[in-house]
Amino acid sequence: MSHVALVTGASRGIGRAIAERLAADGHPVAVNYAANAAAADEVVARISAAGGTAVPIRADVGDEDAVAAMFAEIEDRLGRVEILVNNAGITKDDLLLRMGPEDWDAVIRTNLRSVYLCSRAAMRGMLRSKWGRIISVSSVSGLSGNPGQANYAASKAGIIGFSKSIAREIGSRNITVNVVAPGFIETDMTGELGDEIAAEVADRVALGRLGRPEDVAAAVGYLASDDAAYVTGQTIVVDGGLTL
Amino acid sequence: MERTEIELKLVDLLVDELGIEREAITMEAKFEEDLDVDSLGVVELLMALEDNFDVKIPDEEAEQISTVGEAINLVEKKLNG
Repeated sequence: MSHVALVTGASRGIGRAIAERLAADGHPVAVNYAANAAAADEVVARISAAGGTAVPIRADVGDEDAVAAMFAEIEDRLGRVEILVNNAGITKDDLLLRMGPEDWDAVIRTNLRSVYLCSRAAMRGMLRSKWGRIISVSSVSGLSGNPGQANYAASKAGIIGFSKSIAREIGSRNITVNVVAPGFIETDMTGELGDEIAAEVADRVALGRLGRPEDVAAAVGYLASDDAAYVTGQTIVVDGGLTL
Repeated sequence: MERTEIELKLVDLLVDELGIEREAITMEAKFEEDLDVDSLGVVELLMALEDNFDVKIPDEEAEQISTVGEAINLVEKKLNG
């Protein structure tokens, strides 16, 4: 069964892999991006070349009006969103003593407010369809904490509490709400940390390597599928055994 | 649209969409207390009203609705001004 999917922050990294995975599973995908149109177009082109359906949709997911406009555009071009993947995220790392309110607000806005706005916008359609999947990408930072990431960890832990509440709120309507918490995944975001830190982290991972975006996308693909019909309010940790 | 027509359509929606027994539906019946519709069910009913009567019901107005009669009044007002 195919369902229209929206993946936020899908032009790069984990979001891109999720968009490609859902398209490969037969779902038409809205590839949301904030600024990098060329990267989003490339994701759409790759999906099309593989025989899938995708459209690029530019929107600031932290802005209420932009989110409403995005959902209207997707409904117009692909149909009603029944799989929502809240993936868009940024980091503004610093020690708490040096972390200004603007760095706090920016991370909470993009990583957590967006989850609230997009989930609320998607819920109406999912209630009408009496079927829905809301999957949000958290992080092991939100589970274990990470020095220098108080803002990021707070946003990612917030996603988990939010999802458990919504899972209870709309579970009776055949809508599941789950979270995937990636560990250290090779992306542009983690690339900024440098090879030395990457090697150190890999040493602490039970599986002995960093994760790939596709590893995370596979968990999202499962949660979006009918196989996961009886799974809700859960957090699947995809970290190779980093946080054991 | 005539009020009786709105009534008939709304009762059908309550029976078909929310699984309420037809006999239990009166104008005075409260959705949550008398008809055992949960708060999410009331939201779904209002969405169904929007779809079926092609009207827009803002949240502020939706919050005022607690009985079947009030829902019919609101739809009638929206349709006939």
